[in-house]
Amino acid sequence: MSFYLGLSAILFVIGVAGFIFRRNIITVFMCIELMLNAVNLSFVTFANYHKQVSGHIFTFFVMVVAAAEAAVGLAIILTVFKNRTTLNIDEVDSLKN
Amino acid sequence: MHLWIIPALPFVGFLINGVLGRKFSNALVSLIAVLSVVLSFAWVLKVYLSAGDLAAAPVHAHYFTWIRSGAFHVGWDFAIDKLTMIMLLIVTGIGSLIHIYATGYMDHEEGFYRFFAYLNLFMFFMLTLVLAGNYLLLFVGWEGVGLCSYLLIGFYFVKDSATTAGNKAFIVNRVGDFGFSLAMFLIAITFGSLDFGKVLPAAAGKPTGTLTTIALLLLVGACGKSAQFPLYVWLPDAMEGPTPVSALIHAATMVTAGVYMITRSAPIFIHAPAAMETVAMIGLFTAVFAATIGLTQYDIKKVFAYSTVSQLGYMFLGVGVGAFSAGVWHLMTHAFFKALLFLGAGSVIHACHGEQDMRHMGGLKKYAPWTCLVLACASLAIAGFPFTSGFFSKDAILGAAYAYAPWMYWVGVVTAGMTAFYVWRAFWMTFWGDYRGHGHPHESSWVMLGPLVVLAVLSIAGGFLFNVPQILSGLFPIKEAAENGGPGEAVLTGISVAFGLAGIGLSYLMYVVNKDIPEKITSALGGVYTLVYNKYFVDELYDATIVRPLIDGSESVLWKVADAGVIDGIVNGAGSTSQGVGGILRLLQSGNIRSYATWVVIGAVVVIVAIGVGGVR
Repeated sequence: MSFYLGLSAILFVIGVAGFIFRRNIITVFMCIELMLNAVNLSFVTFANYHKQVSGHIFTFFVMVVAAAEAAVGLAIILTVFKNRTTLNIDEVDSLKN
Repeated sequence: MHLWIIPALPFVGFLINGVLGRKFSNALVSLIAVLSVVLSFAWVLKVYLSAGDLAAAPVHAHYFTWIRSGAFHVGWDFAIDKLTMIMLLIVTGIGSLIHIYATGYMDHEEGFYRFFAYLNLFMFFMLTLVLAGNYLLLFVGWEGVGLCSYLLIGFYFVKDSATTAGNKAFIVNRVGDFGFSLAMFLIAITFGSLDFGKVLPAAAGKPTGTLTTIALLLLVGACGKSAQFPLYVWLPDAMEGPTPVSALIHAATMVTAGVYMITRSAPIFIHAPAAMETVAMIGLFTAVFAATIGLTQYDIKKVFAYSTVSQLGYMFLGVGVGAFSAGVWHLMTHAFFKALLFLGAGSVIHACHGEQDMRHMGGLKKYAPWTCLVLACASLAIAGFPFTSGFFSKDAILGAAYAYAPWMYWVGVVTAGMTAFYVWRAFWMTFWGDYRGHGHPHESSWVMLGPLVVLAVLSIAGGFLFNVPQILSGLFPIKEAAENGGPGEAVLTGISVAFGLAGIGLSYLMYVVNKDIPEKITSALGGVYTLVYNKYFVDELYDATIVRPLIDGSESVLWKVADAGVIDGIVNGAGSTSQGVGGILRLLQSGNIRSYATWVVIGAVVVIVAIGVGGVR
């Protein structure tokens, strides 16, 4: 139990750290997926602990949303790269000012 | 009895002319305005004839309760006794004549309907004032006539001087109204009511100190409305209004409201001898003071304005020495001859194409014989020529003054001499000699002359036709001449008539026979003449001692410290504070997603720590 939760926490913190400190969009994107999966792991753990099925169902929802999000996100990243020839997150700032 | 019809008729006239008058022809506006007042006069006559003996049974009508607070009630009550009846007849009668006159006088003026709407509104408020059965309703009329006075003084509102004069009248009257309202509060506290029927009979049993305070505060109100020293300054300036307004409001009716109010409150004043003495002193001083100014003025309306102030002083002297009915008598005769003087002056101004300076008139008796004749009647009456109306009323006041204090009589007599002098000076300068103005003077139309002739008859005969002290003897017992070993009544009358005639004769000598004399006197007096000609610099004095400090105080303290400093400071401070806080908070909105994420993480950590420390509830 605590092992799974601890793993989940470590994965989540790695995701957060990567999200905050990395500049490459793809890495950032992967970190988001990592955080989502860390949460999934917690859901499953608690579902098992409480002997309830809702946690499992929630995990499926998260997976579906993550898949959709990955598809849209990757499409955006491709378009950005086509237009800007860069994947540095700090250079994609044309909404500023 | 339907007393409400009396003020309601002019009010209807006001509503019709005020709302729809713009689209009406002048003839229709005149018809509505004149008809409403004449019908009101007719209704007053009907009430008068059907009322029976008012002395035995005053009429009282309660329409609705206006203010109810515990045991304290104020209603919309009308009450009629003989004093009210006299006032009603004066107001509606002279009001009708002046309305008729005004249709001719205002014929070519802009805003014809507006003028008559205001004039009708004035009649409504004046009649409310007179009919009122309690102090508060009287005050409603009192304020209403003040409003109409303001509107009509400033009738030519494109003229700067007219609007300023209107403001001056309104503001100076505020001082008086302040005193009046304080008096009302004190009456309400002392007597528990504002009804004349409850307050006045109870006056005898109250402490003299309270009554004196009430009476003096009422006097402040009366001084404002009736243009007595030191609040008289607005009346001469009020001559900026059209001449019928000067005649109706600033000579015959509104300015006498103060005298009426004091007479109405007579029981309070009788039990406050100190206040009575003050009334007499103020009246006497104002009479002399204004008369001396009147000696030197050249504007024909200004001469009559100061004469009005002076004659009002006479009335105050009369009521102050306890001769209330004599005061009311003079109020009535003054209404006749002063309305006539003003309307006649209007006719003269009309004849001279708007000229008001008497130095540019002269010789008008040839061009305007009727105006000359009626003005002669009025001038004789105001000079107290034997058996004219002014003779009787002035004599009654002076006789009572002699019984009170002989020196007051002597001052009054000298003032009467001055009055005769300056009114006849105006007469000679206007009608005798050669015409000194421009254009061709012409006589006025009969619409204007008709009312003048009626008023002329009243000015001459009004004194013995209506013996007011006899009529009012039920309210104010006639006092026999004091038997103090002094000269008899005939001698006193003789002296005052002699002074009046001397005034007329002197003015004839100076302005007809030998026109060099005024010049010589003027240069001989030098500084004194300048002082009087400039009205003793009272306006300048008020300006320096009251108006300037008020304005400067408002500017340097209220404006720059209180308004700009404190109030604006708070508002601007609130603005700039939130701007500053916003400026700091703005730094958080970097647009950098990762910094937002950092904040989210920090927030989450804080929440988790908080839960960990405090536990989940």
